[in-house]
Amino acid sequence: MFEDGAIINELLIERLNYFIYVVLLLIGLHAMISKRNLIKKLIGMSIFQTSIILFYVSIAVKDEATIPIYKAEHDPHGAASKAAALELNSTDEAKPLYAPAELQPEETQQYANPLPHVLMLTAIVVGVATFGLALALCLRIQQGYGTVEEDELLVKIERSDARYSQSPLAKAINPRRRPARTSRKPRTASKATRVSQKSASSPKSTGATQTKKSAPKTKATQARKKPAPATRKPAVKKSSVRKPANKTTSPKKKGAE
Amino acid sequence: MKWISLIPVVAVGALLLFAATDFPEWGDPKSPASQSPVSSHFINNTGVDTEVPNMVTAVLADYRGFDTMFETVVVFIAGIAVLAILKGSGRRRRGPRTTYKVEAEPDLIVTNTVRLVVPVIQLFAFYVLAHGHVSPGGGFQGGVVMGASFILIALAWDLDHALVRMSLPRCIAIAAAGIIIYAGIGFLSMFLGGEFLDYAELERVLPVSREMARYHAMLGVEIGVGFTVTSIMFALYANLSSEGRLKGGL
Repeated sequence: MFEDGAIINELLIERLNYFIYVVLLLIGLHAMISKRNLIKKLIGMSIFQTSIILFYVSIAVKDEATIPIYKAEHDPHGAASKAAALELNSTDEAKPLYAPAELQPEETQQYANPLPHVLMLTAIVVGVATFGLALALCLRIQQGYGTVEEDELLVKIERSDARYSQSPLAKAINPRRRPARTSRKPRTASKATRVSQKSASSPKSTGATQTKKSAPKTKATQARKKPAPATRKPAVKKSSVRKPANKTTSPKKKGAE
Repeated sequence: MKWISLIPVVAVGALLLFAATDFPEWGDPKSPASQSPVSSHFINNTGVDTEVPNMVTAVLADYRGFDTMFETVVVFIAGIAVLAILKGSGRRRRGPRTTYKVEAEPDLIVTNTVRLVVPVIQLFAFYVLAHGHVSPGGGFQGGVVMGASFILIALAWDLDHALVRMSLPRCIAIAAAGIIIYAGIGFLSMFLGGEFLDYAELERVLPVSREMARYHAMLGVEIGVGFTVTSIMFALYANLSSEGRLKGGL
């Protein structure tokens, strides 16, 4: 099985490092594709990034080479070059005090390749910063919709789009919704948004959404029904406005019970 | 349904493993990356061009200075974007969040340990930044260590305690100052007759040779990077841990 030339031998013995990076990359890719939770997707992205960083750093490795920092004999300010400079100075006055010399090709092999290290150095820090940005976006989504689960998010976004669609295209498609809402829309709409957001973000209603999986099927009819009660009595107090707005969640609650 | 996602994953994995057999072996000095003239030039000429023993620092801040400058700008923009996204977003739903508030005194052992450790961490951050020319280190690393010290303060006491020392407006000012230092050194070398970020021209204002001018300009550039990274790391933590409200514990 492990004789020369076999593909297992190639992958697991001679190129084990690449095998590990590929496995890490696949773990990250799988998490990014299949996980529903946005945070888990981000963790997958981070694992993916780590595998790329490891790959680059392993490219820089050379056998019997040291880190890309000059050893004492090549150090431009080290004792060796100072002594060499002093020797030169005694014979040739025009030479500068320090005389660092260009390395010869055989000496190049003593140092690891600095370029991948540089690239990954900046990639790590920039990766942390962009990861923070992604977390901030997730936090904002959680505040707005009360969930970071992708399927629940899609349902909620679709529902709110159907309810508050302001685009002329959507109005042209079903124009019958327009006349009833034009006059009093802004105030009630904004109030309804706030209320529904509040109700959406309370733990009770998200629990109800999680338990009730058939909610997406009924959302279209709910969305068409919903704005009507809110516009019917716009002058009443906030507490009574909240009731009709809660209708989006109430059928689900009934179902959960 | 989840197993469907395995299909592209396995396909990508098969392709990558198939390609992996073409890659050089671990530590092969004849690998294309190590044989490339760019890497050899960096290794051979860093000492002559800049007199910096650490090639990584020289490549980062000098040869690839333009790239590093915009990496720093990316870090800065990410920090600003986090601020813009989270600023005031928690205010609207103040009600439900307050129920999770925990009234607890900071732990005595933790705070005293942090009190002892933080000065050491900050000194080490300065060492890593300033010693980046001759040992592993530099602006990014020193900046992250420095930012970690402020995060440690925020973890041990609470966020207000850390924000007294490093308020958010000050964070932004320091981050912007870092980029201004970096770009300023670039423009200075441009006005002195060279190209943008051509540090050798700074010999006219610094009393050193052309090589040492590059050496010292790199230190200035690293300090700018360190400023930006320090303050953005802390600003990210402060905003993310408090959902943009900038008060309270973790």
